[in-house]
Amino acid sequence: MNGVLTLATAGRVLRQLSHDPRSIALMLVAPSLLVGLFAWLFSDQEGVFDQFGGPILALFPFIVMFLITSITTLRERRSGTLERLMTTPIAKADFIVGYGLAFGLMATLQAVITVTFAVWVCGLQVDGPLWQLGLVAVVDAILGTALGLLASAFARTEFQAVQFMPLIVFPQIILGGLFMPREDMPEALYQISKILPLSYAIDTINAVTDGDEGWEVFGPLLIVVAFAVGALILASLTLRRRTP
Amino acid sequence: MSVRGLHVTRGRTEVFTGLDLHIPRGQITGLLGPSGCGKTTLMRSIVGVQKVAGGDVTVLGEPAGSRALRKRVAYDTQAASVYGDLTIQQNLRYFARLVDAPRTDVDRVIEQVGLADQRDQTIDSLSGGQESRVSLAVAMLGVPELLVLDEPTVGLDPLLRAELWEVFRGLADAGATLIVSSHVMDEALRCDRLVLMRAGRIIADTTPDGLFADTGTTDPDAAFLTLIERDANARAAAEAPHPLTRREAREQAEHAHHADEGSAS
Repeated sequence: MNGVLTLATAGRVLRQLSHDPRSIALMLVAPSLLVGLFAWLFSDQEGVFDQFGGPILALFPFIVMFLITSITTLRERRSGTLERLMTTPIAKADFIVGYGLAFGLMATLQAVITVTFAVWVCGLQVDGPLWQLGLVAVVDAILGTALGLLASAFARTEFQAVQFMPLIVFPQIILGGLFMPREDMPEALYQISKILPLSYAIDTINAVTDGDEGWEVFGPLLIVVAFAVGALILASLTLRRRTP
Repeated sequence: MSVRGLHVTRGRTEVFTGLDLHIPRGQITGLLGPSGCGKTTLMRSIVGVQKVAGGDVTVLGEPAGSRALRKRVAYDTQAASVYGDLTIQQNLRYFARLVDAPRTDVDRVIEQVGLADQRDQTIDSLSGGQESRVSLAVAMLGVPELLVLDEPTVGLDPLLRAELWEVFRGLADAGATLIVSSHVMDEALRCDRLVLMRAGRIIADTTPDGLFADTGTTDPDAAFLTLIERDANARAAAEAPHPLTRREAREQAEHAHHADEGSAS
């Protein structure tokens, strides 16, 4: 790995994005609109938005980054640019970390805008520090990027890549503790929820909004980080210099 | 560049079963043959992105695809492999960083492929021919010792083709080795060496003059057809020692007829 090539790749990915202002606008604004919709929906029920608003902040960066990454890297695999890159001195880690940096930066912007909107406009009650909420959103985005990279290896077409979302993302949302506390789930589902990374992301968010400190917050967050690193390592194994 | 006993399978088809080839340095070698004959697979094996089942490919004294070769070998794939949503200049700047080429190289290669006026246009807004020229320009960044170019002049007008072949000649004169595939036979005349392939085998490894002397014609298309014909007959004779059925005889006669037409044109 070589820092110059990693940064060159991250710069290239951001430059590509800059030619597509509509995607940037969607990425930055859409989550706020949906958070606003939720706040409006529960506006007559005291305290409900405070319960759901936090976990929703964890979902958007994850879903959006999963989709964007799986489709852009699939495009690289299919267009021949990945094959060309593999004939140059760039290391696989440069490629993957380059993507991670570029989308991580976009995710940070998205998190700042969405958290700001949720707290200042929608009045989300957060007992812990706001920066922690932003940090969870960024880590979630990186998890989405990592899983997206991995999923792109198993899709042959953009159509298939999009179909991976219900398969990989929805079960994590359903079992993550958003609809029902995980402890109250049937035993088998509770056990499954323990091996899904988004469960820990939602745990972290709930810890922050409840004003918990220390390991209550950073324990589950570290687990999310570990899942993201694991997915990135697996994704790098699916990048091959030689293909059949 | 030498290939020894190369064996490649893609899916269930055996593309090569023991291919041998030697390509000398400092020359332009043309790789010719009908589509599907294995030109691209051979080129992918040379640059080291093809999974091979057996055999050795040695490039500039190193095993193909080894780390040391990644700055010394440049590859232009058949489909333009550049980023559609970036401008010409942004594409070239990125690839120049990757191969550690000086920034001034970007302007040089844009000039060489004749796209100076379009440098700030995105690839998606270019025509197919312009797009493949950008892809070619990427391969010319830095000072590669071996350039492997897969059909770099497809879909280009004759004037542009002539200009690009002059660029190729300049690179070879400066000491680079070029392997250029094509199915436009008149381009064969611009090469120093010719390798003709058919169905995963090399049926001739010669020079343009050698090809004409061997086939007794001066038309590249006809010469190529003659060699394919000869190879097909030799294979048929080797595989089917029984007397020709009427149908086979008729088909062969038809083939010969077509070949005659080719040489007459």
